[in-house]
Amino acid sequence: MLRREVPILLAMIVGWFMVGEFFFPWAEPAGTEVQQMAVIITATGVILGVANVIRINLLKVSRRERDWRYSILLLVGLGVMALLGTILPVVHAAVHGGGWKIGPFNLVGITDGTLFDRLYNRVYVPLSATMYGLLAFYIASAAFRAFRVRTMDATLLAVAAIIVMIGRVPLGEKIWDGIPLLTDWIMNVPQLAAKRAILIGAALGGIATGLKILLGIERNFLGSD
Amino acid sequence: MSLTQRIESLDRRWIFLVMLVAMSFPLIVHMKLPVRASPEARGFYENIEKLQAGDVVYLASDYDPGGKAELDPMLLAVLDRLFQKNVKIVGATLWPAGSPLLERAYKAEAPKYNKVYGVDYVHLGFKEGKENVMVQLGKSIREVFPVDYYGTPLDSLPLMHSGLNGKPIDKLNDTKLLVNISIGYPGTKEWVQQVRSRFNLPMISGCAAVSAPEYFPYVQSGQLSGLLGGLAGAAEYEEMIDRPGWGVTGMAAQSLAHVTIVLLIVLGNFVYFWNRRQGVSRP
Repeated sequence: MLRREVPILLAMIVGWFMVGEFFFPWAEPAGTEVQQMAVIITATGVILGVANVIRINLLKVSRRERDWRYSILLLVGLGVMALLGTILPVVHAAVHGGGWKIGPFNLVGITDGTLFDRLYNRVYVPLSATMYGLLAFYIASAAFRAFRVRTMDATLLAVAAIIVMIGRVPLGEKIWDGIPLLTDWIMNVPQLAAKRAILIGAALGGIATGLKILLGIERNFLGSD
Repeated sequence: MSLTQRIESLDRRWIFLVMLVAMSFPLIVHMKLPVRASPEARGFYENIEKLQAGDVVYLASDYDPGGKAELDPMLLAVLDRLFQKNVKIVGATLWPAGSPLLERAYKAEAPKYNKVYGVDYVHLGFKEGKENVMVQLGKSIREVFPVDYYGTPLDSLPLMHSGLNGKPIDKLNDTKLLVNISIGYPGTKEWVQQVRSRFNLPMISGCAAVSAPEYFPYVQSGQLSGLLGGLAGAAEYEEMIDRPGWGVTGMAAQSLAHVTIVLLIVLGNFVYFWNRRQGVSRP
């Protein structure tokens, strides 16, 4: 009973606090308290997330599963950045030991010139931007190999995509000055209508789910156990 | 094997090479193309132009290095214009890896106009909590960020005492405008839903090109007063403030990339249907 009823009751109480602060000014301090709790719980969730990543990857390494070497890299990266960004500053603040440097590298903190900052800017930034940039190449490959106009729907999609792709860049205007106008029309009329319909549908779904949680009917968020 | 069959079974590494050439060429020869400002970008520009010297804006820089290529030009151009107009900035991020990017952008633009940290701009850093943090910022910035990115208490920063009518800045409504540069969740959609209407704070957004269509309804409804979409948006804004940067430079590369993708779609379909017509099955 406790595993199901208590979480449902908690969700109901928190939900009513959130609704209450909109309608009753006296309920706002309580709503604010609940939101602050949510911020703390979410931050704690990050620690749980990190612990889970460590557990899963340690298991992968110990069982020598596929690509286990990448897990070692991940764990080393996680450990180094956590040590530099979180653990060392706390230890440093506790012992007041002055600047901690190895050669030109400041080991403490995350601001300019620290080792954390250098690793972030010279390893993480280029790698992350590269991963995102690779999308352009895969999109091009998929456009050539998989985008076939076999049906009316696919043809409409292809025509709209071509017009918008060309119209959103300066070269489109050079090709024909009507393309940007056509692009604006596609974006502001059919695209907007479809997107608004999706948004309204999702919002109505959200309201219905919210109402079910407030009334204690919704149980899906508890999981299947 | 006929030519069309060979084209249809082309190794994808050739396509990667074509894309690489198409995107690199304009950057190598410094090709520049004229940029036309969209109505949404004009709205973004006009809302910043309306600000007066001494006004304070809240800058939500919600992206990480994955969005750097698209959004850094936007952030740099916005900071440049705000500093030039002597508008004060309170900036923060809700993305764990976003703070150093905002810090770098501040460091790149502030010295150009001799702006002083704590007086002209503040960096609050990162806070986990997504929508909850947004709502809390609407009620009390100090509750969410007792100290800034450097660990300095907010009360010791002069800027945090120079809000509207000389009031301290303690909630989003103490600023004039919410400027959001975002690439995903949490980002523009959440700021509109949690803050724009609830606290009635005017808001403009710069976002990734892929997200822009999702935010068009908010522009049409007036919930967003302006929108920059992707690198094209950055280029439009750079042109309007007469500060050509990576946005304008990158647009030539993006132009050729788009044209290349369109040609690949056309070519791919042509050879596919030609080969089917000749009775050749897909290799």
